[in-house]
Amino acid sequence: MTELADAQAAPDPEALGRSLWGDAWLRLKANKAAMFSLFYLVAMTLVCVFGPFFSPHAYTTIYPDYVRTPPSLSPYPQQEMIQGALADVTRRMRVDMKEMKQEDGRVVFTVTSTKPFDDRNLRYIDRSDTFDDARVESKSPDGLETVISAATMQKYFLFGTDNVGRDLFTRTLVAGRISLSIGLLAGLVAVTIGVVYGATAGFAGGKTDEVMMRIVDVLYSLPFIFFVIMLVVFFGRNFVLMFLAVGAVLWLDMARIVRGQALSIRRQEYVQAAEAMGVSQAGILMRHVIPNLLGPVVIYMTLLVPQVILLESFLSFLGLGVQEPMTSWGVLISAGAANIGSANWMLLYPAFFLVSTLFALNFIGDGLRDALDPKDR
Amino acid sequence: MAETVLEVRNLRVTFRTLDGTVEAVKGIDLVVKAGETVAIVGESGSGKSQTMMAAMRLLASNGEATGAVEYRGRNLLELPKSELNKVRGAKISMIFQEPMTSLDPLYTIGNQLIEPIMRHRRLGAKDAKAEALRLLKLVHIPDPERRMGSYPHEMSGGQRQRVMIAMALANDPDVLIADEPTTALDVTIQAQILVLLAELQKKLGTAIVFITHDLGIVRRLADRVYVMRRGEVVESGPTEQIFTTPQHDYTRMLLSAEPTGRKAPPAPNAPIMLDGRNVEVTFRIGGGFLAGPPMLLRAVDRINVILKERQTIGIVGESGSGKSTLGRALLRLLPSEGRIRFEGRDISTATKDQMRPLRHEMQLVFQDPFGSLSPRMTVGQIITEGLRVHEPNLTRKERDQRAKEALREVGLDPVMRNRYPHEFSGGQRQRIAIARAMILKPKVVVLDEPTSALDRSVQKQIVELLRKLQADNDLSYLFISHDLAVVRAMADYIIVMKQGKIVEEGPTDEIFDDPREAYTQTLMAAALDATRFRAEV
Repeated sequence: MTELADAQAAPDPEALGRSLWGDAWLRLKANKAAMFSLFYLVAMTLVCVFGPFFSPHAYTTIYPDYVRTPPSLSPYPQQEMIQGALADVTRRMRVDMKEMKQEDGRVVFTVTSTKPFDDRNLRYIDRSDTFDDARVESKSPDGLETVISAATMQKYFLFGTDNVGRDLFTRTLVAGRISLSIGLLAGLVAVTIGVVYGATAGFAGGKTDEVMMRIVDVLYSLPFIFFVIMLVVFFGRNFVLMFLAVGAVLWLDMARIVRGQALSIRRQEYVQAAEAMGVSQAGILMRHVIPNLLGPVVIYMTLLVPQVILLESFLSFLGLGVQEPMTSWGVLISAGAANIGSANWMLLYPAFFLVSTLFALNFIGDGLRDALDPKDR
Repeated sequence: MAETVLEVRNLRVTFRTLDGTVEAVKGIDLVVKAGETVAIVGESGSGKSQTMMAAMRLLASNGEATGAVEYRGRNLLELPKSELNKVRGAKISMIFQEPMTSLDPLYTIGNQLIEPIMRHRRLGAKDAKAEALRLLKLVHIPDPERRMGSYPHEMSGGQRQRVMIAMALANDPDVLIADEPTTALDVTIQAQILVLLAELQKKLGTAIVFITHDLGIVRRLADRVYVMRRGEVVESGPTEQIFTTPQHDYTRMLLSAEPTGRKAPPAPNAPIMLDGRNVEVTFRIGGGFLAGPPMLLRAVDRINVILKERQTIGIVGESGSGKSTLGRALLRLLPSEGRIRFEGRDISTATKDQMRPLRHEMQLVFQDPFGSLSPRMTVGQIITEGLRVHEPNLTRKERDQRAKEALREVGLDPVMRNRYPHEFSGGQRQRIAIARAMILKPKVVVLDEPTSALDRSVQKQIVELLRKLQADNDLSYLFISHDLAVVRAMADYIIVMKQGKIVEEGPTDEIFDDPREAYTQTLMAAALDATRFRAEV
């Protein structure tokens, strides 16, 4: 708003104008839904990028003690789980538990064994996900009865854990990184190819345009999934392939849109005026066609990114996308859908992240369209 | 005294925009009596259209109207939608400027006429059809039975406007609001539509509210006039009074806004700048791989033009006559046949690259000051774009300096050069477009309807500016226009074109005083009928 206020308040000698981009930004700022979505998206990106660094769990760590643990705000292990885990540990140490008690974060328990207790057995306790820092407090003279104490490890699983006992919170954030970056990168790939191809076709016109657009038509008629499966079969599954596959299909829309725009801009009088002044083709392309193309391109790009994310999710859902232990929202949702009866959180959290992000992206795209193209309203 | 059918009292219209609220209409009063013609005159932005849009409750969604608009004692601004619709379209109807977009392209004329008749007047399909036929006859559509089955795109602009009038009259309204109904039409068609409206009013006794910027039309048609300026009525009264004894300065300014003066012909031995012989432009329409051979349209058919130094040739004709095409072909912006010489040099076969160094000597100014300036560049960038091509050695600072000079030359404040085109009015934009052409110091300028998108008073200023620039810089103009009043003031030689051919040509005074060809005579009659009054004042 300061720019506007200045322009009106002081007739400053070298008055700066408000460009169309400035205008659009003002209109976008007035759009509450779009602005909220923009903040949400930025927050989501930051959380996905930096969140995993602060999470106590790595996205690959498997906690065999915590398979399909429901989400909870209070720390694990809970009371009955300690007993269960302890029973597990004592069985592995081949000792019998006599009694146990808990005092400030440590369990103290007495075990009896048929042979004298070997201290190396303590490693079974440390190996468990629940206990840490095990030590022998005291031993009976014959060594058959030992008092052991161990700290219980406090773990938070805000979103619960998955089928093999990995923290879903960390995994959802890491999946977000993948999904967002695929969205952005494949989106960029699609936009770059689409803009260059479409602008060339529209700008060149005539026969060149005909041939280029017929090629697009041919590519359009290839079934997408078939195309991706073919790629996967030939080149094996890999991450870069995802970008290529998704980008290679979605640039077609972009090329058509840009070509149409370029055709109409070419007929605008300001382009004719530039021609009448003898401006070269490159000059017209750089100074007139591309700046005037950017509006629709930006709009389409924001609408393209959710499409890409969705496509990636779909491919991952089918098992053609990213591979374990790397993950994406689509992979998580696919796993969640398989466990919907027993562990619905595995579906709910990733689905919420995906849906809300797509929502925000679509709102931003909508807001941008209204802001850049006010006449369409 | 006839009874009052429509009364507007203290009407205010405000629009909420990003820059705060804008008051488009500032408390105006207006009375329309049964059977009379009231004209609302004003230049663009005076709020004349918004007044009537508010009365019909057709304002854009960010607009708001306060005050009262009473139709026979009922305030339209407060009626519920269902009640309003019984008045709107039935008792008060409207015709718009653009006959191309006001008709639905998917339905036949007959359908579009019959449906509202059935709805509003509760007639059966057969009666409604008969009624529609009667209406088409009323507005003099030739062969109405066949036309009932036509789609809008099959009709000409004038015929479409007639259909619009028929639709507006379908429910026998008390008030007909006509918002610039003839602006988009050629002069000859314009005259026919005006005659039709006058005739219909006499026959049906409908009150007409005529919104226009054209005083010639007002003089011919209206009983009373309201003159609006910046959302206020500055003067009102009977037409005669307004025209003979205008009270307000603004009205006087409007009345004298017709460009005056004549241009003297150049010296007979002046050097020939541009010489076109047998210029021919053919467009290929359709055709292609599977579509068969293309249709050939000869837009310009063997035309000879000789433009001397300091001469202005006016090219006159209706839309589609090929006058713009001719102008572009002479500048080698379109492929053409025939021989074109510029300063004695044959340029008819020059390639794009060969033409480039010559481009700064031959410039073009466009009709639409909104479309011809790139919306994403500042005015300074727009003006200096040509310098980048033709004087690439200039530094940024020198270019800036030249931009300042050019803006000063066309009467704009050089401070404005960092602003964007959308921040300027139509007249200012046209000055920017002229500055862009002038900065290159051209010798020949093709002016393609440079004034027709502008208000009368602005037109006059632009005409004066162009004349001054011509005198200062020894320019030669090709002035393309359909507006004969402007052509008369600008040109010393006139070419009348029709369907790509020259109908008549000669010195301006000869053509105006003694047109020989029938087509020129109709053109003159249609245009001057409307302008003659102004000349008398």
